[in-house]
Amino acid sequence: MESKHFLALADGTVFFGTPCGAPCDAEGEAVFNTGHTGYQEIVSDPSYAGQTVVLSAPEIGNYGCCAADMESRALFLSGLIVRRMNPPSNARSEEAFSDLLRRYGKPALCDVDTRRLVLHLREVGSQRSYLHCSDWPISPAEGVRRAREFAGLDGIDMTARVTDPAGSSWEPADGAGKDAPLVAAFDFGVKRSILRSLAAVGFRVRVLPAGAGADEVLALKPDGLFLSNGPGDPAGVPYAVEAVKTLLGRLPIMGICLGHQILALACGAKTGRLKFGHHGCNHPVKNLIEDSVAITSQNHNFAVVKESLPKELELTHVNLNDGTVEGIRHKTAHAFSVQFHPEAAPGPHDAAGLFRQFREEF
Amino acid sequence: MPARRDIKKIMLIGAGPILIGQGCEFDYSGVQACKALRAEGYEIVLVNSNPATIMTDPEFADRTYIEPMTFEALSEIVRRECPDALLPTLGGQTALNLALRLYDQGVLRRFHVEMIGVGAEAIRRAEDRDKFKETMTSLGIESPRSRSVHSMESGREAAAEIGSWPLILRPGFTLGGSGGGIARNAEEFEAILQRGLDASLNREVLIEESLLGWKEFELEVIRDRRNRAAIVCSIENIDPMGIHTGDSVTVAPAQTLSDAEYQAMRSDSLRVMDAIGVETGGSNVQWAVDPKSGRRVIIEMNPRVSRSSALASKATGFPIAKIAALLAVGYTLDELRNDITRTTPACFEPALDYIVTKVPRFTFEKFPATDSTLGTQMKSVGEAMAIGRTFKESFQKAIRSLDTGHDGFGADAKCDRLKEKSDEEVEGEIRRPNPDRYYYIYEALRRGWPVEKIHALTSIDLYFLRKMAELAASEAEIRPTADSLRAAKEDGFSDRQLSHLLGKSEPEIRALLREMGIAPVYGTVDTCAGEFPAVTPYYYSTYNGEYDEPVRGDDGERKRRIMILGGGPNRIGQGIEFDYCCVHAAFALREAGCEVIMVNCNPETVSTDYDTSDKLYFEPLTFENVFDIYQRERPDGVILQFGGQTPLNLALALCEAGVPILGTKPSDIDAAEDRDLFRALMRRLGIAQPESGIAHNIDEALAAVERIGFPVLVRPSFVLGGRAMVIVYNEKYLRKFFEEAAQVSDGPILIDRFLEHAVEVDVDSVSDGERTVIGAIMEHVELAGIHSGDSACSIPPRTLSPKVLETIRRYTRELAGALHVCGLMNIQFAVQDETVFMIEVNPRASRTVPFVSKSTGVPLAKKAALSMIGRTLAEQGLSGEISIPYVTFKEAVFPFAKFPGTDIALSPEMKSTGEVMSIEFTDDQAYLKSQVAAGSALPRGGGVFVSLRDADKKDALPLVRELEELGFTIYATIGTATALYDSGLRCHAAYKISNGRPNILDFIEEGKIQWIVNTPTPGAASKVDEIRMRTGAVMKGIPVTTTLSALEIAVRGLKSSDEGGAVRSLQEYHQLVRLSEA
Repeated sequence: MESKHFLALADGTVFFGTPCGAPCDAEGEAVFNTGHTGYQEIVSDPSYAGQTVVLSAPEIGNYGCCAADMESRALFLSGLIVRRMNPPSNARSEEAFSDLLRRYGKPALCDVDTRRLVLHLREVGSQRSYLHCSDWPISPAEGVRRAREFAGLDGIDMTARVTDPAGSSWEPADGAGKDAPLVAAFDFGVKRSILRSLAAVGFRVRVLPAGAGADEVLALKPDGLFLSNGPGDPAGVPYAVEAVKTLLGRLPIMGICLGHQILALACGAKTGRLKFGHHGCNHPVKNLIEDSVAITSQNHNFAVVKESLPKELELTHVNLNDGTVEGIRHKTAHAFSVQFHPEAAPGPHDAAGLFRQFREEF
Repeated sequence: MPARRDIKKIMLIGAGPILIGQGCEFDYSGVQACKALRAEGYEIVLVNSNPATIMTDPEFADRTYIEPMTFEALSEIVRRECPDALLPTLGGQTALNLALRLYDQGVLRRFHVEMIGVGAEAIRRAEDRDKFKETMTSLGIESPRSRSVHSMESGREAAAEIGSWPLILRPGFTLGGSGGGIARNAEEFEAILQRGLDASLNREVLIEESLLGWKEFELEVIRDRRNRAAIVCSIENIDPMGIHTGDSVTVAPAQTLSDAEYQAMRSDSLRVMDAIGVETGGSNVQWAVDPKSGRRVIIEMNPRVSRSSALASKATGFPIAKIAALLAVGYTLDELRNDITRTTPACFEPALDYIVTKVPRFTFEKFPATDSTLGTQMKSVGEAMAIGRTFKESFQKAIRSLDTGHDGFGADAKCDRLKEKSDEEVEGEIRRPNPDRYYYIYEALRRGWPVEKIHALTSIDLYFLRKMAELAASEAEIRPTADSLRAAKEDGFSDRQLSHLLGKSEPEIRALLREMGIAPVYGTVDTCAGEFPAVTPYYYSTYNGEYDEPVRGDDGERKRRIMILGGGPNRIGQGIEFDYCCVHAAFALREAGCEVIMVNCNPETVSTDYDTSDKLYFEPLTFENVFDIYQRERPDGVILQFGGQTPLNLALALCEAGVPILGTKPSDIDAAEDRDLFRALMRRLGIAQPESGIAHNIDEALAAVERIGFPVLVRPSFVLGGRAMVIVYNEKYLRKFFEEAAQVSDGPILIDRFLEHAVEVDVDSVSDGERTVIGAIMEHVELAGIHSGDSACSIPPRTLSPKVLETIRRYTRELAGALHVCGLMNIQFAVQDETVFMIEVNPRASRTVPFVSKSTGVPLAKKAALSMIGRTLAEQGLSGEISIPYVTFKEAVFPFAKFPGTDIALSPEMKSTGEVMSIEFTDDQAYLKSQVAAGSALPRGGGVFVSLRDADKKDALPLVRELEELGFTIYATIGTATALYDSGLRCHAAYKISNGRPNILDFIEEGKIQWIVNTPTPGAASKVDEIRMRTGAVMKGIPVTTTLSALEIAVRGLKSSDEGGAVRSLQEYHQLVRLSEA
C-alpha cells in the first residue's frame, strides 16, 4: 500500500504518511520542534506562519484542545507532521486536535518517520517543503518540484499575514485601570500569553497592527513600547525597524523573539539565519547580568549575529547550547529584548520575571 | 563555580541489602557518585553492608567498609576516618535515615563532618508530614486533607475528622511504604494503623483522604547551589493513585497532561525543591491530579535520588546521580557537560522522541499465603523498562522484558488461558489491582468490552486503554502480508506473538519478515530528540521508522567485539549478583582491549549505565531481540553465563542460530541440568548423589519414593531460585505438590532423597578450560534442605574435616574438567557423616560470586571473563585457592514484613531478596555481626522463647542451658517446656496459640520476648500456630532463629568476651591476605 500523501522537501527527500488534518496541500518551510507538550500552542502561535512543523514527540493529540490554550485567533502555520495522532483524554479538552486542524483548514500528516525527518533537517537545515494531504493526486516528484518553487521565508514580510488589523486592548490584571502605565504593543504575530503576561504585571496594553507607524504609537501617548514575536525574517519588516529607530530613547522598550531582532536591527546589529533554528522547550539560557540560568521556550530561525552587536548594545543573555545571542540591552536608552519566550506557552515559566523587570522600568 | 577544595575526604553511605522498595538502583547511583568524585580527586570512604554491589568493589573507593548499616557502626567509621563531608543522598532512605541520626546524635558535629547535598533541616521538612504540609501550604500548594497521628486514639479522631472512607495510611520514616495501606472501613483501619505505628521509626502514621483513581505523576528535579534547576523527566503512572508507584506501570514522558497543566506542575516542583531546602542534587516530587476537575495535590517529595531517578536516568540518558554528586561538591549545572552530546551543558531538560514504559516484576508465587492485591505498600521485587517509538511498541516490549512467559500484551499461550474465565472473574480481576490485571484487561478488550467500562473499573486513563484496545483489536486483523506484518511490528508485536497468531513457527515468522524487508532499526537515547548529534552509543530497537543508527566501530580497525547478556528484571533468585558478574565481565574485557556490547532491560542496574560498556542496547532479553542485535553487530562472541537463568534460557536457540557462545558450551551447561546425563557423569566420576527419580505423574512419583524412601525433595525441572521446591515427608503432601507444580511448569518433576542433618556446602570456582581454581568453599549455617540463597554461610568452612575439604576440591576439579568448564562454576554439596554428596552443579555465575570475591579479594567474574577470551588463569596471575586470615559471613535478608501472613520458615524455595556480609576474626563474632547487618541483631539478654520440634529437643538442651547461664529468661511452649523441666531447666511455659492464653503472642505483645528460637515442625505445611508466631515476630522486628546450627554459633558468640563493634575496611582485610600469602 504505497501511501499517496507526503511531505516533499526541496532537496528531493520525500516522507510519506497518513493525512490527519484538513485535506489540502501547503507549501512551507519545514522545521522541527522538540517539546513534549504544547502542540496546540505551537499551531496557534503566529510565529510559525509559513512553516510546516515536525513534532519530535511521537504521541500527539493525547490531551485534546481547548479555547483557553489558543495563542491567537487562528492557526497560521502551513502544516503539521507527527508520528501518531490520538483522540483526546483530558478533562480540559473541548475538541480533538485533528478536528482543530481541520476546522482551521490546516493539513497534517501522521505515521511519518519523524525521527528520520528531524535528523535530516538537523543535517541539511530547514527546508522548503510541499505538504500533500489532498486527495487530488500528485506525484512525489511533482511535490519536490513545488517545494523548490516555494520562495521560502527569507526577506519576506510574513507579519502582514498574521497581524490582527483590528488590534485589541488589555486591562491590567490587578484592576489598577487607568492608573496603570500604558504599553503600546506592535503585533507582528503576537501570542496571547505575552499580552496576558503584560497585563498580569500591571500594564494596560494597546495592540497595534505591525504596519502602524511611530506617529500612531506616539498618538496613544503610551508609557512604553512592546515589540512582539512574529514569523519569518526580520529583514522582511524594514518599516518596523524604522519605527523602532524613531521610538528608541523616547519610550522604554521590551522585545521578544522577532521583536528582539527588530530592536537589534534598529540599533545597528545584523541578523542571520540559523541552520535549523531553535524550536523547543528545553534551551538553557544564561543571564549574564544575574549569572542565572533559565530553561526556556524557543521558536526562531533567525538570530542576532553576536559579532555585529554595536557598542550601544550589551549582550545580556546567551544560549548555553550553541552560544547564540539570546538577549540584549541598550546601554543608554531604556530598551531590552530577548530571543526566547518568557511567556512560555508552551514551555517552562522560568523566565517569566522579565515582564516584571519591564514593569520596573516605569 | 569550580568544585570545593576545602573538602578532601567524602563519606558515602550505601543502601545496604536489597529489599522491596530499595533495590539495586542505589548501587547504580552510588557507583556513579564514586566514579565521578574520585575522578575529581576526592578521597572516598564508602559504607555498605551489601557485598553484591559494584560500589563495594575495593577499587571504587579508597576505603570500603562492609559493615552493618547501623548507627553504631557508622559512628565508629566516622570516628575512625574523620571525613570532611558526608553525602547522604545516594543511598536511599537507609542512608538518609542514618545520616539524620548521625547528625542528631552529634556525631557529625563532634568529628567536624559537613553534610553535603542536603541538610538535616531539609530532610526533616521533606520527611515530617506536618512540616511538609505546612511548607506546601505556605507555597499555596494543595496537599490531600490529612492528619499525622502517633497513637491509636488520635488516629480514630483523625478518621472521624476527615469523615469519609476509604482512608490512606502512610507510616513516616520507612522504606517503600512499609506498613501502610488503604482502609475501607473501621475494622481495616484499626489493623493497618497498628501495623503502621509499629513500622514507623518515630511511631508516626499519616491518615489522609483517599485519592484513589486520581492520576499520578512524578517529576525528577535536579538543582545546583545557585538555584539553577531543571526537570530531568516527567513520569506518568498508568496505574492511578492507590497503587504504589513502584508497583505501577509507568511511562515517560507524561502523556496526558496539557502544556498548561504540565508547566504549572513543573514550576511548582521547582518551588517545592527550593522551599524544602535541598541545596543541590536530585529530588523526586510526586503529584496527584483529579481527572475530573484537574485539581492537583502534592503527594510527597524525596530529597534524594530514588528508584525513579534511576529510571529517569535510563529513560533520558541524563545521569542524575553522577551530576548530583558533582553538584554536591560545588559545581553548577552550566559548568557540567551533557555526556551524551558532549557539546551541550548538563543544564537542560532532556527531550524524548520515544516512549519509555516501566513494568514492575512481582514474585507472589513465592508467598502463596499472601494477598496479591496491590496497594500503597510496595510489593514488587524488580522492574523492566523498554523503549519504543510509540506507546504500543514500548508497552509490548516492556511486558515481554519481564520474562514471565508473556510475549507482549496478549496474543500468547499464557493469555489464551484467560479465555476460559467467566465474565465475572475477568471483571473481578480487573477491579482488583493485581500483577495480572493487565492481562485480564486484554481478555476483556478481546471480548469487546468498551474501554469506558474498563475505565470505570480501573480509573486507568482512556488514552492508555484506547491504545490497549487497539492492540487487542488489531491481533485479529493480522495477516501474513507485508502491510499487515509491518503494521503489527510497528505496534510492538513480537515474532512469538505473530507465530502464535498465524500458526507458524518463530523462525518461519522471522524468515517471512526478512523476506518482506521488515527488520528493526535502532534509535539512540540522545537526550535531545535528535537536535544534536549523540556521542554515546545507547540504543533501542524500533520498527517505527527507517532511520537506522550506523553501527559504530566497523570502519577502520575493528576491535574484538564481545556481547554480554544481562539478567533482566530483578526477582527472588536472580538479583543484583548476576548484574555484578555482567558488569565485572564488561570491565575486564574492556580493559583487555575488547569492545563490549551490553544487552539488558533492567533500569536499576549498573550494567545499564551507558558508561559500563562500549555500547548499550536497552532491549528485552528474548531470542528475537538478542539475535537482531547479533545480526547487526556481528560480535566475535556472546557471553551468557553471567546473567542468570534468563540469558541461559536462550543458549540453545542462539547456538543453533550459529551465534558463537563464549566459555562453557551450552551443551555442557545443559548436561549439568539434564538429570540423566548428569547422573551418568556422576557415576563415571564416582561421585555420590542422593538417590533420585523422575516422575511425569503421581503414580511414577509414588513408585520412585517407594525406592528412595521419605523424606524427599521434590521440584519441577528447569526452575530458578528453587521455585516450587519442597521437602515432602508423606504421601498426602506428595499428592498436593503434584497438583500445585503442574501450574508452574509443564516439565517432569524431580525427586531426590532428602539428606537430613546434612551440612550444605557451596563452592565457586573458575576454570580456563585447562585449569580450575577454587574461589572459595562456603559452609552453610542452615542444614541442607534450605535454599542456598536463603542460607547464611561462611568462608572458610567451620566444621568440615580436612578429608572432606580435599574431597570437595577434587570433585570440583574433576567436574570442571568433565563439563569442559570455561568460566565460572558453582557446586552445591551436602556432607553427611563425612560423605560428600553432590546436590547440583551450575556451570555459570552464581549468587555467591560477589561474596567470594569480596572475601578473598579475587574478582572471580573478571578472571572468568578473561578466561573466555583465551587468557589462562596462570597468565592472569591466579595460581590457586586463596586462604583468608579472617572469617566472612553472608546472611540473607527477607521481605516477610511486606507480605503479612507469610510463613517465615525457610525451605528449599528461595525467599530472600538480598544479602549482607560481615567480616571478623572469629566465626562466632562474624556470625553475630551478620545478624546485626541483616537487621535482626541478637539480644544480649532478656526473654528468649524456645519452641522446638521433637527431633531437635535433645540436641538443643545444652544450648538452652547456656542461654540461661548467659542470663536469658527462657519461655517455651508446653511441649518444649516439659522437655526442659525434665532436664532441670527452669522456664516459663506458654500455651500453644490455638490452645489458650497466655500464649507467645501475649508475651510478644507484653514485650517480654526479645528473641525466638523455633525449629519448624517438618512437613510441607507448617502448623498454623508456628506461622502466626513467626509472623508476629517479624512484624515486631524480633529476631527468629529457625535452625539449631544457627543457635549453636550464636550462643558461642554471645559467650565470647568480645563485645563486637570494631570496624575495618575491606582494603585492610585484603592487605592481610596479601601479607599472609607473602
